[in-house]
Amino acid sequence: MTPLPPSLSFHDRSPSSVFIRGGRVIDPASGRDETADLLVIDGLISEQTGKPDSSIPVIDAKGLIVAPGLIDMHVHLREPGGSQKETIATGTRAAAAGGFTSVLAMPNTNPPADGPNTIALMRQRANETSCINVFTSGCITVGMKGEQLAPIGSLHKAGVVAITDDGHCVQNNEVMRRALDYARMFDLLTLDHCQDYNLSAGGVMHEGYWSTVLGLPGWPRIAEDMIVARDILLSELTGARIHVQHLSSADSVRLVREAKKRNVKISAEAMPHHLALTDASIEKYDTHFKMNPPLRERSDQEALLAGLADDTIEILASDHAPHASYEKEVEFADAPFGIVGLETELGIFIKLLIEARVLDWPQMLAKLTINPARLLRLDRGTLASGAPGDITLINPGLPWQVDATKFYSLSRNTPFDGWELPGRATHTIVAGRVVWNLEKGFAP
Amino acid sequence: MSAWTRKDLLTIRELDRNEIELILQTGRTFKELLSRPGRKSNSLEGRTVVNLFVEPSTRTRTSFELAARRLGADVVSIDSESSSFRKGETLKDTGLVLQAMHADFVILRHSAAGAPGFLAERLKAHLVNAGDGAHEHPTQALLDVFTIQERLGEKRDWKDLHVVICGDILFSRVARSNVWALTKLGARVTLVGPTTLVPELFSELGVTVAHDFDSVLLDADVIMLLRIQHERQRRSFFPSVGEYVSLFGLNLDRFKRCKPGVLIMHPGPINRGVEIASELADCPNSTVLDQVQNGLAVRMAVLHLLGGRENPASP
Repeated sequence: MTPLPPSLSFHDRSPSSVFIRGGRVIDPASGRDETADLLVIDGLISEQTGKPDSSIPVIDAKGLIVAPGLIDMHVHLREPGGSQKETIATGTRAAAAGGFTSVLAMPNTNPPADGPNTIALMRQRANETSCINVFTSGCITVGMKGEQLAPIGSLHKAGVVAITDDGHCVQNNEVMRRALDYARMFDLLTLDHCQDYNLSAGGVMHEGYWSTVLGLPGWPRIAEDMIVARDILLSELTGARIHVQHLSSADSVRLVREAKKRNVKISAEAMPHHLALTDASIEKYDTHFKMNPPLRERSDQEALLAGLADDTIEILASDHAPHASYEKEVEFADAPFGIVGLETELGIFIKLLIEARVLDWPQMLAKLTINPARLLRLDRGTLASGAPGDITLINPGLPWQVDATKFYSLSRNTPFDGWELPGRATHTIVAGRVVWNLEKGFAP
Repeated sequence: MSAWTRKDLLTIRELDRNEIELILQTGRTFKELLSRPGRKSNSLEGRTVVNLFVEPSTRTRTSFELAARRLGADVVSIDSESSSFRKGETLKDTGLVLQAMHADFVILRHSAAGAPGFLAERLKAHLVNAGDGAHEHPTQALLDVFTIQERLGEKRDWKDLHVVICGDILFSRVARSNVWALTKLGARVTLVGPTTLVPELFSELGVTVAHDFDSVLLDADVIMLLRIQHERQRRSFFPSVGEYVSLFGLNLDRFKRCKPGVLIMHPGPINRGVEIASELADCPNSTVLDQVQNGLAVRMAVLHLLGGRENPASP
């Protein structure tokens, strides 16, 4: 286990001031993209331009992109109940080192966050140990069992910004209909992990050529598509907003695209691994390539990229899912699903989306800043004056090699170890305070 | 013919034709040796072979045990009922224990596809896959092609052979290993069974997928029947065993329309009256018992090639 950084208990998130000089300021919310200075005073973006007084620290951002602080709306921090995998302290440090100023924690903790007490605990632990903003989500159903609605109103009062049974999928369509209808009262976004359990029963990898060769039970695309189609119909019926998580199948992308043309209130997200890898990676039964939904085929990758390009998919996120190495070092069928992602995702997105000219920088950053902020009703994700001073500085041309042994995350379960990536975050700034930078790490 | 270079035998898929031929040729040497009374090999003398059968099996385990003993090895068998598995020891830890005990060979039968590769990576011992989930069962395929060659004559070109494999292909490691072995040797292979158990995806493996048993058996040189698992019915792969038998059971009526010299193969254990009519299991075209016999010679060949002394028959 990597020792925690000495600054573990250091969590000074009090507002601060900083002057960022001469970077390429990109604010997708306003369409701004220009070389400029940016000033944060007492934790808020200032409208003042020009040189501030000399007491304010200066960062020379020449050659760097100055973006709104990145937001990852799909992260498993594993606290409470999974401290062998990750804690809020370690997971948020991984996030900061990946360039993220805000994360949305999934509620499939142990116990699950299906009531206000667990949310209160998570928020308290975040307040004590996190160096970035941690937003919470609550369960849709009690114990994520898909049967009885969780106290969604109380969860809302306790501060959750979304509900989801992520990792599980409500199978009972009537329960899902009531959940969506009920959540509408609080304007809460419902996030769905789309998986029909009958169609995917026993499946551990994509059903296709490789599952046929390897003799592993298949988890077919149709198991995702069926629930995406259901969610579209239920959203139309109830008028509630629904967000389909981690799309993996080409047909699901098509279904979302068609629904959006009818103005259905649906949004969708894509993960780095589904863009970067296919099921062929499983040839040697390496459990670092086992995640849910599974890696699929080249045609699915292309559909996801097309969906990102035409904004059918407006969210990029990691599905950061840490597991201890001893949990992953077992027979493929027995290994838990999921991989870590916070410390590699930005570099992978630069490689697969910017370098491959699928998106330009403002388009890509929108999916990591203002889009998740709008869906979750967060007052951030923009560099407009008066907004919280959450800023990520990115060096778009700084090649580096992934080394899992250097992760801040407690876990090492990445399929990207050893990958060469073209760029990365250099400074993560929360409320005007640099919480991490590439040169000094978390040292104050 | 090239020499053997692999530490383990995990799959047929990774072998090339020369390697398969080498095993078959070595198998013939051992079969000849076995036919002479009193002759024994000392190829594995002083070596320890561990039979690790995490999934129950009688036939394959016994065959490997006998093969190892005939090569002069010390043999230990551990089965799924043994205490460490019951106590939840991981496969990794079992492997480390075997390593510490200086096992020279590990024969692994496991319900999880990929388990042999997982263990082979962590062991210095030679690993032989004795069947992993629905993935592969390489020695079964080797003994099957050995039997076909023996029965039809070595001079018969594989290119002229049409092998029909019938049954629960989707869940069958025997079918997968046979597909690789037969196609690598050059035979034409047709997989036949219900659409639910023989998905079209299998055609990407270089074989023909069919669902009408009656039309494909007409020009078959070999019909390989697989055991049908009754529990599949519960997961709605087919409506009933009765319906399965009517569509895909090899009965006398169907047999009459086959080529006269057709070989009827079955890896066992047989469900008499289900995938095969009882009379046909015992008829001269049936190779069921040859397969068992040849399994011994082929498994001796595999163990010998992986890590035996150079001259298998030396006293």
